[in-house]
Amino acid sequence: MVEGQIPVEEYETGNTRHKWDFKKIRFAHRILAEYNYKKGEVQRGYANRTLYVNLSNNTIKEKPVTDDMKKKFTGGRGFGLKLLWDSIKPTTRWNSEENELIITTGPLCGTTQYPGSGKSLCLSISPSTNIICDCNVGGFFGPYLKFAGFDALEIQGKAKNDVIVVIDGKKGRVTIETAPLEETNSHLLSEQLTHMYASEDTEKSRQKVSVVSSGKAAENSYWGCLNFSFYDIRRKVARMKQAGRGGLGTVLRDKKVKAIVAKVEKIDGISNHPADPMKLAKIGTKMHREIRDLDRHQCNMRAVGTGHLVEIMDTYDLLPTENYRFGSFPKVSKISSSKFYKLFTKVIPDGCWHGCTMACSKTVDDYTVKTGPYKGQKVTVDGPEYETIAAGSNMGFWDPLWILEFNFYCDTYGIDTISTGTSMAFYMEMYEYGILNKERCDGLELSFGNSEAVLEFMHRIARGDKGEFLNVASNGIRRVKDWLIKNGWGDPKLIEDCGMESKGLEYSEYVTKESLAMQGGYGLTLKGPQHDEAWLIFMDMVNNAIPTFHDKAEALHYFPMWRTWFGLNGLCKLPWNDIEPANNAETDEPAKVPEHVQNYVEYQNAVTGWNVKKEDLILQSERCYNWQRAMNVWMGRGQRKDDWIPYRSMGPVTEMEYMSRKDRYDKQLVEKLGLKKEDVDKMGTKEKMEKLYEYRRDQYQKLADAVYYRRGWTPNGIPTPQKMKQLGMDDPKMLKMLQEKIDEDEKNGLNVWGGKYGKGEKPPSIHPKYWEKW
Amino acid sequence: MDKPKTVKILKLHPEKCDGCKACERACSQVHFKTDEGGDKSAIRIIKDGDSYKMHVCDQRGLCIDMCPVGAITRRKNGVVWLDKNVCIGCQACVGFCPIGAMRKSDARIEPFKCISCGACVRACPNDALELVEVKIDDIKEVVYHKQGA
Repeated sequence: MVEGQIPVEEYETGNTRHKWDFKKIRFAHRILAEYNYKKGEVQRGYANRTLYVNLSNNTIKEKPVTDDMKKKFTGGRGFGLKLLWDSIKPTTRWNSEENELIITTGPLCGTTQYPGSGKSLCLSISPSTNIICDCNVGGFFGPYLKFAGFDALEIQGKAKNDVIVVIDGKKGRVTIETAPLEETNSHLLSEQLTHMYASEDTEKSRQKVSVVSSGKAAENSYWGCLNFSFYDIRRKVARMKQAGRGGLGTVLRDKKVKAIVAKVEKIDGISNHPADPMKLAKIGTKMHREIRDLDRHQCNMRAVGTGHLVEIMDTYDLLPTENYRFGSFPKVSKISSSKFYKLFTKVIPDGCWHGCTMACSKTVDDYTVKTGPYKGQKVTVDGPEYETIAAGSNMGFWDPLWILEFNFYCDTYGIDTISTGTSMAFYMEMYEYGILNKERCDGLELSFGNSEAVLEFMHRIARGDKGEFLNVASNGIRRVKDWLIKNGWGDPKLIEDCGMESKGLEYSEYVTKESLAMQGGYGLTLKGPQHDEAWLIFMDMVNNAIPTFHDKAEALHYFPMWRTWFGLNGLCKLPWNDIEPANNAETDEPAKVPEHVQNYVEYQNAVTGWNVKKEDLILQSERCYNWQRAMNVWMGRGQRKDDWIPYRSMGPVTEMEYMSRKDRYDKQLVEKLGLKKEDVDKMGTKEKMEKLYEYRRDQYQKLADAVYYRRGWTPNGIPTPQKMKQLGMDDPKMLKMLQEKIDEDEKNGLNVWGGKYGKGEKPPSIHPKYWEKW
Repeated sequence: MDKPKTVKILKLHPEKCDGCKACERACSQVHFKTDEGGDKSAIRIIKDGDSYKMHVCDQRGLCIDMCPVGAITRRKNGVVWLDKNVCIGCQACVGFCPIGAMRKSDARIEPFKCISCGACVRACPNDALELVEVKIDDIKEVVYHKQGA
């Protein structure tokens, strides 16, 4: 056991050390483009310019950030949306020349005083969904990008051969360099580049470099993630956080970018030059104390990170097991947080940005790799986080070490643990039903729990092996559904209902069957089924705090807007409600954590010098949220049909699932559908399932109706020009596009409610085109 | 390098203290070149009924492992030292100090603390303060991320 108070220099992990010939690697670089810029100071959270890099024609330039842009888009993800709107076309696809990979920061990003303030926002057209995907990720890159001089980085075009983009904030110089000899897999590449680009051969110098990279599997799948490094001066390891969702790593490798490096000369507590640093220190210290005193009684993030959720989710029947068929499982205690707690290193400040005392970035050092090219080596595994552990239970992995193995290779190969896990779980279910088999799976026995087969699958993707299944399966559930149906293997309805994807993106790891609001939290979203827009299960299902459609719609308005706000500012959501003030339960709206909302109001004012109120934070988000939805519409999506979700997320698809929770479902048939108990008792399971199916599908449509209305959209889910104008978003091209789409929907009869409203029920509005009266 | 085994920490003899706060003024002189004392002093003298008590760092070093950039170290003489040139002002040490002895003044973003320099001892007109040597093992404390309460 590590004792603590070990001098930084003397700390050791026992990891395998690598020796590389950096001279040779560096010598092989050829500079393709160079741009020298005047170093500036960040003022009140903004660097006031963005960086544009085009890899097709090797141009580098800077663009100014105007006050209008700040007013409309705030920063972070908002800036990303604005830059995309200016650069892409409605026909742009993930691998189009003009698609961009954007990394942005946000005005509060890089603050060290308030926990959770180092997030980067990544945007691109996703290979999984072919619409905008946005990811929020930790690590040092975002803060360093800003302190090097830029609020955002925009990469367009494609390089011919592997390149790296280096942003040297010390010299004021940006370069595109060929990088033929570096590794591709992230755990090695981050280490190489950190050593190569550090100004001096010291730990503290290496800590001032951050690398964005992906890996070999990202080249051959749609699950590519971006790894953002944060060098750990104690472990002497370039640790990594992932921008996992939507295949942004695939886009990076499609552009032939091996890595992006950002480096700063110096950082301190006021690198953002905030308007009121003393205020920041005060609210930050208050939060540190809250975490110190309360975390161990609440989420225990400092001990086990987000993994604390495993046993809670299991208790409430929400932990996905065997492709979301069940929400709990007898074997869960084998992978509970106490099992990982034993493996984690315990005395190191595990924040993914300086000053985050929530410290949820837990780590296993000295892990001996079991399979693949790094077999036998000792490595640091970042995580596992809740989603990765639950991806494990979803695939039937009940051994913490195999979850670590899966976690390690997903990270270094540059693929998302969520998409990979959810996809494999679906393939395993199809395997169980005989729809897939060993022959159809290129010789892999993908039965639930076969961790070795999953790892073998990943190694093959990383090697670029060919195989019909391999090539389709590595592009995710949507493509496999189409492939199975095209081949006539299995019942198409069963396939559609079981495969947990929406908009082409795989679900993250929560079972939503019993929470209608959470189904909306996954389906009525911008990028696809990720819980970052709203997590309403407890509010809805456990506490029954939002019983009506109206209540649910209000929650599906407020929480997505509130959570969007973190992404506009470069913040992490966790310190908002994964730690709560001691008296939070006694406040008017405990789910909103009012005291923390007030912290954020003061925080934004203290950095920017603005004078905003809490309502203004929601307004900032609403502008960008509607803008992104409108861009989805512009790209031919973002409509009711695109907000479809598979039935597995709404209810029992198979008889086994129904029977496993028979009492619950039978009771609902009586209480919710108004059937007589005697009749229900007489019905066969199939018939009961059909009744429930019809009911739940209709409930979801009614929810969509209520939510669209609350958000100011048409019944087909289109943001109205009236709403956009109210929000101050007056781009004529966009307003015209939206009006044309609404007119077209009118012609096609799509401006109608989706739910079936019986006696005593009313749709959200009885006026057709209600938005025109605003 | 041999690790230090002992450290000098401050001890107050309350019966000798008359609350003149010469110690605070001396301390703020060390840290901020001002004799304001108060918020700019690492040692604080607080009235406690008819007597006085001292509030100051006891060099337990819990903050050492909290620092994300390694700005806090235990020096050769055992003193827990914050290097303000390395510090990035996150206040994690301020927030987590169990006795509130890592201090922050409005003069700068980086915190400061007692370094057992003895300026206050020398400044006290009544010899109420003393530096006493204690074993580090007896006072050392580690932030241990305990699972459960």
